[in-house]
Amino acid sequence: MEATIATQWIMACYVDDVPENGGSCIKHGDEQIAIFNFTRRNEWYATQNLCPHKQQMAISRGMIGSAGESCEPKVACPFHKKTFSLLTGECLGEEELVIKTYPVKIADGKVFVGVD
Amino acid sequence: MSKPTIIVVGNGMVGYKFCEKLLARSTQFQIIVFGEEPRHAYDRVHLSEYFNGKTADDLSLSTLSWYSDNGIALHLDDPIQEINRTEKTIHSLKGITLKYDYLVLATGSSAFVPDIPGIEKEGVFVYRTIEDLELIKACAVNAKSGAVMGGGLLGLEAAKALIDLGISETHVIEFAPRLMPRQIDSAGSNMLQMKLSQLGLHIHLNKSTAAITGDKKIHSLKFNDDSQLAVDMLVISAGIRPRDELAKLAGLHVGTRGGIVVNEKMQTSDECIYAIGECALYEGMIYGLVAPGYEMADIVAAHLTEADKSFYGYDMSTKLKLIGVDVASFGDAFITEPDCRTILFEDTHKGIYKRINITNDGKNLLGGILIGDADAYNMLLQTVNNKIVLPPDPEDLILGSRGGEANAGAGVMSLPDDALICSCEAVTKGAICSAVNEGGVTGIDGMKKCTKAGTGCGGCVPLVKDLIAGTMKANGQYIKNVICEHFDYSRQELFDLVKINGLKNYDLVLDHYGKGDGCEVCKPVVASILSSLWNDVIVKQEAIQDSNDRFLANIQKGGTYSVVPRIPGGEITPDKLIVIGQVAKRYGLYTKITGGQRIDMFGAHLSDLPLIWEELIDAGFESGHAYGKALRTVKSCVGSTWCRFGLHDSVTFAIEVEDRYKGIRAPHKIKGGVSGCVRECAEAQSKDFGIIATEKGWNLYVCGNGGSKPQHAQLLATDIDKETVVKYLDRFLMFYIKTADQLTRTATWLNKLDGGMSYLKNVIVNDSLGLGEQLEEEMQALVNTYHCEWKEAINNPSMRKRFAHFINAPDEKDPHAQFEPMREQVRAKEW
Repeated sequence: MEATIATQWIMACYVDDVPENGGSCIKHGDEQIAIFNFTRRNEWYATQNLCPHKQQMAISRGMIGSAGESCEPKVACPFHKKTFSLLTGECLGEEELVIKTYPVKIADGKVFVGVD
Repeated sequence: MSKPTIIVVGNGMVGYKFCEKLLARSTQFQIIVFGEEPRHAYDRVHLSEYFNGKTADDLSLSTLSWYSDNGIALHLDDPIQEINRTEKTIHSLKGITLKYDYLVLATGSSAFVPDIPGIEKEGVFVYRTIEDLELIKACAVNAKSGAVMGGGLLGLEAAKALIDLGISETHVIEFAPRLMPRQIDSAGSNMLQMKLSQLGLHIHLNKSTAAITGDKKIHSLKFNDDSQLAVDMLVISAGIRPRDELAKLAGLHVGTRGGIVVNEKMQTSDECIYAIGECALYEGMIYGLVAPGYEMADIVAAHLTEADKSFYGYDMSTKLKLIGVDVASFGDAFITEPDCRTILFEDTHKGIYKRINITNDGKNLLGGILIGDADAYNMLLQTVNNKIVLPPDPEDLILGSRGGEANAGAGVMSLPDDALICSCEAVTKGAICSAVNEGGVTGIDGMKKCTKAGTGCGGCVPLVKDLIAGTMKANGQYIKNVICEHFDYSRQELFDLVKINGLKNYDLVLDHYGKGDGCEVCKPVVASILSSLWNDVIVKQEAIQDSNDRFLANIQKGGTYSVVPRIPGGEITPDKLIVIGQVAKRYGLYTKITGGQRIDMFGAHLSDLPLIWEELIDAGFESGHAYGKALRTVKSCVGSTWCRFGLHDSVTFAIEVEDRYKGIRAPHKIKGGVSGCVRECAEAQSKDFGIIATEKGWNLYVCGNGGSKPQHAQLLATDIDKETVVKYLDRFLMFYIKTADQLTRTATWLNKLDGGMSYLKNVIVNDSLGLGEQLEEEMQALVNTYHCEWKEAINNPSMRKRFAHFINAPDEKDPHAQFEPMREQVRAKEW
């Protein structure tokens, strides 16, 4: 079935605004979105910036990496090191926490994020 | 057929444990619990922790929903008033009448209150429940002096509680000629008394209280010898009385001095009624500890489910910490010659007393007493209980092996499989080993979940840890401390590999020696190794730094940062103080003096950090590395320049040492201290390195730390000059940096180091590995390449650009970072 809500692509920032293998935060209205430049895998990811564990705006300042044999890409919140899958947004620890993820496109040195 | 109904009277520790034990064996019963207190079962053993910040919730043995989740009906604040044995019903205070098939009395005990004139006065308390503690706490606010009646185990616990509540003058009154007469002998008691007196406790022995005087409120205690003691409050802890009144009323057989008489199945004179815990009298004895109570609970659960288990008395060995002093008594502590031989060790300087009683043939241990140092308790108790044949020199058991290699692990592994390791939860060595072998348990947390070992009083935890390590080792399952799933190396191994191959960045290290894409564990470890080796500006590889290192500040609640400029040795000019004040004011920062003699400014927005540091650097400040695993501070006392006792100039030395090692990255943070005389005002012996002036030079101590598990630093060298101090420090710090596991402080590193302090002394002082010169050179290279990270960051536009919350709106601050006013400053909003 086709998605009924069309994704709207917003220009978030430039490629070199986000550190290699790290993240930055952008503002979209009242929304804060964390964008990750996973240079090592030549991939980009975006999630909500709010860590649901203690409601801190900090995910973009976390370290990224991979988990397990499947090399699931992940990010660790700098506050208490809760880690979340960059693909699904699910917490990889025991907690039942989920963060929102966004699609990302790169064109002409610009980073675009798909929002609802 | 409906389930048989079991009614439990009492929701204390033992009553709760009975429910747990029965559920573990069968779910074929309907369990109904009545408790007299308004709270569900809590940990009474650790009651005094209520005064150092633990809440009633922390002390709870389970959540409230645990009862309903397990189908248990819980009636709190509703004591049972009557048992009708012919109808097999109970009646509660609130008017509930219920029929039972079996009744379990776990009514516990109450404090024994002697009949002394004036006992009813205000300010006189007992020490039994959280409610008692709340009354004591409220009274203590206005009290300057307090007394505890009773110098037994509970009395001394109560005395500790009074000290914790800030009562400046605390007395203990004991009727007998010594403290803890039931557990320890008179020499041990003397040592305990000496230690407690040194800690400020006033102890009165051979004192019998005749009256409590005062108008409405207690004013003083009057003794039989006509002496008096003025106190603002009194806590009675003169023993316990079993709560047997309900049983008595029901016509059950009770002892002449109290207690419900039970058989080896814990049945009372009515076979459908059981009694367990401190209300039960078995063969003329009340068992006033939690472990036998738990055992009784299990016996009833076994009997109800037709399993075969009986009570045959219980080992009353005990170990506890009283006001910071270890006290233990085990096995037959009081047996004397000629029925045994006794080995004694007494050290009045350190306040240590140890006594062991061995059989006349020298083969077995019978029991003993330990005061001041009870580290050997678990192993000694196991030696008694399992009748382990003693070594040819049994004094080694209390003195440690002198000469030759000590091997702590082997002793534990030599225990038989049925040796009871955790007596609270009745877990044997066999069960612990099989949890490792078959259950895949590798740590204490997993062990607690799997077997419950160590979840009661916690006394067996060190032994359980040794068993886990020993079993894993025996399996060849030698767990190398690998860094994480991405690196199959210990930190030390990776350190050497990175060094030999001259690798300068994280991706190269991962490509050569790791797999996958790294993570939040290995990235900061490699970052620290790279920094300790090459000392490049860390923000050049910002994405592998922990958040604090990435933004060169400490992240705090709300996502703002705190700023700590370096103040070497704690010395600061008035002009610099003014600058800190002006900066804090301009950026709305909360200021606080730190424990390391410097000033912390909290609440800085990410985008303000470069502006703040520009001003601080202009005024001559440098980064304080409070955010890094690096040298924090070298604390100093004022020393011989001002102090009339000072032998040498401790401030100057502290500044020199702090300037030498500042910025150097290590496996964990490092703190130092320099004191100008033996009075030790800089508290140097609680630091990773401590330097203390002597008549002839300086004493150097290493590997101390504060934190959750404080440890005193140990003496490395005596009466050495400044140059030698620095030489040894270079070697010591570099050796630590190169060999320690990540996030391991020097104290823990030393504890794990084979050969301990004597080995370290050999390496550092005697240069037994021939590494001395190399270590000094490596340290000198780090000292020579020092740079202020903040200066680099603010002067480099691309680095500086990263200090923004929104990369697409760099001038806007995070609206979620919010503050509340507090005492004329601000604080972060609660999360």
